[in-house]
Amino acid sequence: MPISFPTTLDLGRFLPEILLTVFGTLFMVLDAVLQKRSKNLFGHLTLLALAAALGASLYAGSEPGPAFGGMLVVDGFATFFRVLVLGVGMLIVLSSYRFLARENAETGEYHALLLFSLAGQCLMASANDLIMVFIGLEISSIASYVLAGYLRDDKRANEAALKYFLLGSFATAFFLYGVAILYGSTGTVKLDQIHAVLTGPNAPFPVFVTLAAALMLVGLGFKVSAAPFQVWAPDVYQGAPTPVAAFLSAAPKAAAFAVFLRIFTTALEPIGTAWEPLAWGSALASMTIGNFAALLQSNIKRMLAYSSIAHAGYVLVALTARSDTGTSAAMFYLAAYALMNLGAFAVVTHLSGKGERYLTLDDFAGLAQKQPFTAAMLTIFLLSLIGVPLTGGFFGKFYIFKAALDSHLVWLAVLGLLNSAVAAYYYLRVLVMMYMHDPSQAVQEAEPLSHGLQLALVLPALGTLFLGIFPNWVLEFAGHSAALMK
Amino acid sequence: MSPIGTFHYLVLSSALLLIGTVGVLTRRNVVVILMSIELILNAVNINLVAFSQALHNIDGQIFAIFVITDAVAEAAVGLGILIALFRNKETVLVDEIDLLKW
Repeated sequence: MPISFPTTLDLGRFLPEILLTVFGTLFMVLDAVLQKRSKNLFGHLTLLALAAALGASLYAGSEPGPAFGGMLVVDGFATFFRVLVLGVGMLIVLSSYRFLARENAETGEYHALLLFSLAGQCLMASANDLIMVFIGLEISSIASYVLAGYLRDDKRANEAALKYFLLGSFATAFFLYGVAILYGSTGTVKLDQIHAVLTGPNAPFPVFVTLAAALMLVGLGFKVSAAPFQVWAPDVYQGAPTPVAAFLSAAPKAAAFAVFLRIFTTALEPIGTAWEPLAWGSALASMTIGNFAALLQSNIKRMLAYSSIAHAGYVLVALTARSDTGTSAAMFYLAAYALMNLGAFAVVTHLSGKGERYLTLDDFAGLAQKQPFTAAMLTIFLLSLIGVPLTGGFFGKFYIFKAALDSHLVWLAVLGLLNSAVAAYYYLRVLVMMYMHDPSQAVQEAEPLSHGLQLALVLPALGTLFLGIFPNWVLEFAGHSAALMK
Repeated sequence: MSPIGTFHYLVLSSALLLIGTVGVLTRRNVVVILMSIELILNAVNINLVAFSQALHNIDGQIFAIFVITDAVAEAAVGLGILIALFRNKETVLVDEIDLLKW
């Protein structure tokens, strides 16, 4: 076999990952070398790196096609998720400035880890080969484990990191076992070839492929925190630093869903009837467990964690639909969810105070009196999480349940709708706290919004409203790239 | 006696998967849990290499090298996290790591 060197085209399509890795490594060196520096230096540099990677993703997306002999594929789907996770990264950096200053933890490693994690997620978005999927998943996960325990003198952060690490690597091991079986029964690790083998005349014994699909579903289910593999999420989100929890709830989850959608709707599409019941059960369990457990929470981070489990359930409904409309609905929903959830977490970051003392629902009391702007922003995000019209969350849910009905999943759609009615209760409880109670200690002590946090609130709010008023633009792009993926 | 074939490797790998899974679920010591996870990863490697040989396809062996590399990275990060935790809590037993629960 001739040795082929990567062409310029290959490298161009891989440019976002290259940039993120180079900048991340550079930060680790700079962190050790620079003695005197401005405190915000690494934050600014990270924004620069992310902007460069974002530009590179758009550039790569302007000329779609495979790279490195088909190991990667840069199509609309990949570009969509790359832009999504890089955008999430930017919002996280913006909301981290104040947090890191408050905790006296402004090192380069925080930002370096963030970039490495994002590099892994970009790779996951464009992977077209099980080896690449695995490498991307691990680059993303290992950096996230460390990020969860970033405040290493905080016992809660230690515990969160350890739990995330143990359950995460256990899940990866299962995913890998599934991959190994899939490789053994089809003889290839390339997703398009797996599809060809499964539809071809020499299709392997379906039991093995189904077993492989089930094991991979376990592994990816962990990564997206879908029931019954959701137990880590509340503990990790509660213990991890708030900006990191926001990151974990948006970027790795979106990337894991990108892998989920790509593997299950392209490579494993021929055995769709076999894995559909598993996805169906997991979707229903995630929605129900997430929403009902969230009702009982008094800690806002735990509540948002359970709500993120429920939202993973909604996206799984779209996956269960097994159609292009389902895929594009999932893409739209993940974008809308990332925006509204990051906004809500940014408010929590703002209000929690040094050492994250103020994290209960009662601490939000009277926010509207003292800081009406912050309260108004949080209102937009909470309404979008409920799914009120004119917000991105509404159209996200609408398209998902429409896709489910189109695929004759009537029961799943009905139960999902009932679930989102339950969800309204715990989001509205926060609104009532903010607008109808006297200011709490936390609100009295809250500093004015920093510029970074202002941006981290205004940008997602505008995005949420944009998706809620002009959903077609994003949806058409998603639908187009979902159709092209096959 | 028949020569050792793919089937034997798969039985060995399934046994390792089982031992690893039971270890993760029943052991209290984080270090032992880490070792159990490594067992599962090695079960994966045996599978990959066995399939690679049976199919005369090199991808599986390349995959196994990546899995080994990943196992090392995971162990390094895992032990690092455990040391950070041990400095604050002086325990490596999972049932004593219980600050976060509802």
